Amino acid sequence: MTATTATVVAGGPSAWATAAASVLQVGAVALGGPLLLGLMGKVRARAEGRTGPPVTQVLLDLRKLVRKEAVRADQASAVTALAPRLLVASAAVAAAFTPLVTTRPVVATGADAFVVVYLLLMGSVALALGGLDAGTAFGGMGSSRAMTIGAISEPALLVGVLALAVQSGTSNLPGIVDASLAHPGWLASPQRLLALAALVVVVIAETGRVPVDNPSTHLELTMVHEAMVLEQAGPDLALVTMGEAMRLGLLLGLLANLFFPWGIDASVSGPAVVVALAALGAKTAAMAVLIALVEVSTAKLRLFRVPELLAGGFVLAVVAVMTGLVAR
Amino acid sequence: MSATAYLTGLGAAGIAAVLGALLPTRWRLLGAMVPGALACLAALVGSGQVLLSGRSFSLHVAQVLPFTGIDLSLDPLGALFVATTAIVGLAASCYSVGYGAHRAPGRTATATVPAFLATLLLVPAAASVATFMVAWELMALTSLLALLTEHRQRPETRDAAQWYAGMTHAGAAAVLLGLVLLAAHAGGQSFAAIAAHRGRLSAPVASAVFVLTALGFASKAGAVPLHVWLPRAHPEAPSPVSALMSGAMVNLGVYGILRTGQDLLGGGQLWWWLLVAALGVASAFFGALHAAASTDVKRLLAYSTVDNVGLVLVGVGAAGALAAGGERVPAGLVLLAALFHLVNHALFKGCLFLGAGALQQATGTRDLDRLGGLARRMPVTAALFAVAALSISALPGLNGFASEWLLLEGLLHGFASRSSLTDAALLAGVAVFAVTGGLTATAFVKAVGVGFLGRARSEAARSALEVRPSMLAGGGLLAGGCVVLGVVPGVAVPVLDRAVAATLAGGAPGAVRAGLGLDLASLDGAIAPALLVEGLLAAAIVSWGVLRLFPRGAGLRRPRRSEAWGCGQEPQSARTEITATSFAEPLQRVFADVLRPDHDLEVTHADESRYFPEAISFHQRIDDAVERVAYGPVIGVVARWGRLARRGPNGSVHRYLGLGFAALVLILVFLA
Repeated sequence: MTATTATVVAGGPSAWATAAASVLQVGAVALGGPLLLGLMGKVRARAEGRTGPPVTQVLLDLRKLVRKEAVRADQASAVTALAPRLLVASAAVAAAFTPLVTTRPVVATGADAFVVVYLLLMGSVALALGGLDAGTAFGGMGSSRAMTIGAISEPALLVGVLALAVQSGTSNLPGIVDASLAHPGWLASPQRLLALAALVVVVIAETGRVPVDNPSTHLELTMVHEAMVLEQAGPDLALVTMGEAMRLGLLLGLLANLFFPWGIDASVSGPAVVVALAALGAKTAAMAVLIALVEVSTAKLRLFRVPELLAGGFVLAVVAVMTGLVAR
Repeated sequence: MSATAYLTGLGAAGIAAVLGALLPTRWRLLGAMVPGALACLAALVGSGQVLLSGRSFSLHVAQVLPFTGIDLSLDPLGALFVATTAIVGLAASCYSVGYGAHRAPGRTATATVPAFLATLLLVPAAASVATFMVAWELMALTSLLALLTEHRQRPETRDAAQWYAGMTHAGAAAVLLGLVLLAAHAGGQSFAAIAAHRGRLSAPVASAVFVLTALGFASKAGAVPLHVWLPRAHPEAPSPVSALMSGAMVNLGVYGILRTGQDLLGGGQLWWWLLVAALGVASAFFGALHAAASTDVKRLLAYSTVDNVGLVLVGVGAAGALAAGGERVPAGLVLLAALFHLVNHALFKGCLFLGAGALQQATGTRDLDRLGGLARRMPVTAALFAVAALSISALPGLNGFASEWLLLEGLLHGFASRSSLTDAALLAGVAVFAVTGGLTATAFVKAVGVGFLGRARSEAARSALEVRPSMLAGGGLLAGGCVVLGVVPGVAVPVLDRAVAATLAGGAPGAVRAGLGLDLASLDGAIAPALLVEGLLAAAIVSWGVLRLFPRGAGLRRPRRSEAWGCGQEPQSARTEITATSFAEPLQRVFADVLRPDHDLEVTHADESRYFPEAISFHQRIDDAVERVAYGPVIGVVARWGRLARRGPNGSVHRYLGLGFAALVLILVFLA
């Protein structure tokens, strides 16, 4: 497996091409994330028998928000301003080198799966600190709940990623994708399927979807993410929404390419990139529709039942690693 | 040359202790702390030369200790610990100048800090059983005295000191027994002689030596279940001493395990290291969980030390197990990662304890439930504390991430091993690693968010003032280290590699390529934190620019300030704000089986109707379950024996004479 990354270094495309590919990926996530959110809203509405807002609604909301006046709470320190920016920046950096469109993004040798995990943690920590900054009851409660859910979903994420890394012999993301393209049989192996199940649970928790959190609620007993960002307004709120949408796009895209890597571009050439972009859009849209349908058909779990779900994900991930070790 | 610098450092620290004890009140603080800081610099130079050149020095002084003399030797492993201690010591000395200045400094405070520092610098250089045990005991005594410094202000300090004295001496007894056994079977008491004899020791003797010393050292390192003294002693000590204890003293427990297990015994058997890894797994999980539930900021930090020592022990254990199984490269990588994490932990935990001391001095309390809003009152302290807190939460771009990534990579590549037992240990290590990551982030979001952000929860927090510049400089030094080692972690690699090469029997150094980022040489994996930081900055600048693109956009105007949303109830008070206790409540409920909190809820009803409560009082305690289950019964038995024995001596001189006579007769009977 050492060879896969070695080729990235030796025979890879030019630095400009990989940099352009990375910029393209960030752009795709920044535009695609809000569209995916809009698509999920649309599917939910249709499934419930409503017409629903257009798919571009989130983008329209973002345009409205950036034009509004920035208002911050009396008690707020610099953290309120820093948190949304760090959230967006961490998602953008993760999107730049994750193999979404191409397996040859910029600094492919440093594109490590654990770095993505910890960049996501960085965004979560920033948001949680932002929630505590205004000194309100809701913000603190939301931070507390979000960190609790995060503390239990992160182990599942880390060990789920490790299951893939053990199979591929590397935690380098392009390396993992290359390895699964080279060994299609791995994709149906028990450890992959178990890891997939674990990571689906994690993605639902990290993006705050039903049954873990309900993004459309403002009921104090149930809200998690919305409580945390209650004090963000105007452009700050636009950045928070953008960051969350980017994380959704990033996680769905990553999940899609780790488990169904077909269509991804390996050469950074014009036509292949277009195909890869279309494939990424199709894959993530399909997953978004599935998640939306699950959301419509299930009820949100009580907060204290959520850890059971996430612990289930963690156990699945550990079993995935064990299966891989036994099978080797 | 390196020996001269190192010995100058030791001497200066000794002089600092004497000056601290003898100088008049006015000059005491500066007279002790300036030589203390210089001592650290000299020791840093000496150990740095050993680390950079790879040439160790040794010397024998026959005149000091009767019968055996003193043997000192500094190899790269010891030098790494001396250098770490020196950096934390430099920051602590600098900090002490301001920390002690608000009231007349007592002799105990000014004399014990440099004395403790001197013993911390001495232990890693001890090169014979006798020297080591003397240095080890001196360290225990000076730290005990330093811990007792503020016993007049807080009665709990006495209790903490009793626990510490008991545990540290039980540990020292185990180490002494182990090392004496080793010296007796190896035919010499100098480490060089013992190391020359390694491999010829019979397996049961070697195992007995390892288990005895490992348990003793693990109690100093604060590994569960021998950690009970740590969450009592570290919070009660004055903050510079807490920083030295958490940043330097617990490291020496790890040093002891490495020195005996790898250097003196030559690696030994697989199960030794699985035992160490098991201690690490238990410590990491238990420590992280208690840190997430604690509301006393220094207790939180102390439990987080248990957590981080656990992670280091997981690495040390995994490295030993892999080396014992012949996996040279992953073993070298894991040990390098563990040592790197140990250094990083010294930096951020030192900084955090210094910050907690600043909080305590400014507000008079360590209880997070009574703090809040301090980021505006004490901006520099808040910033330094936040940098260290984000480092310990392993956010990319800071040093905690670099070493945790290396540790994860090491465990991942260790899975190629042929032993299923090692695989199981590695899997347990990764699992506990994953679980502690999220818990640590929660604990430190709580510490920063509740302590420094939001509204002030007490009058003391509302009127807090920023601490003196010397205190900030001490914390700033350590926080700066966190940032440097986080952005360019590769600069530490050559130094760490020397220590790995000097330590690991059967492990290969050179697992990580030297450079700015971290790049595994023969294994697959690399990160470039500097590029990550550049990317983050670039993304932040771009998002700022995009906001400004909108002509009526608020990116152009200063943000308006307004009252926060309080469901229509204004003005809001800090009483509606979340506290540290309530922040931790969901997690505490999830892990109630391990934490076992005690709740006490009292509702007083109004006279008119029992549906209207007049007053509600809620108390919660989270005691250490290990302490209650494992230590409670033992202490109960000892106390009962103590009470029984007290009936004998009742103050009557005749009875004492009689007892003395009886004892003499008994001895004579035994001897005859």
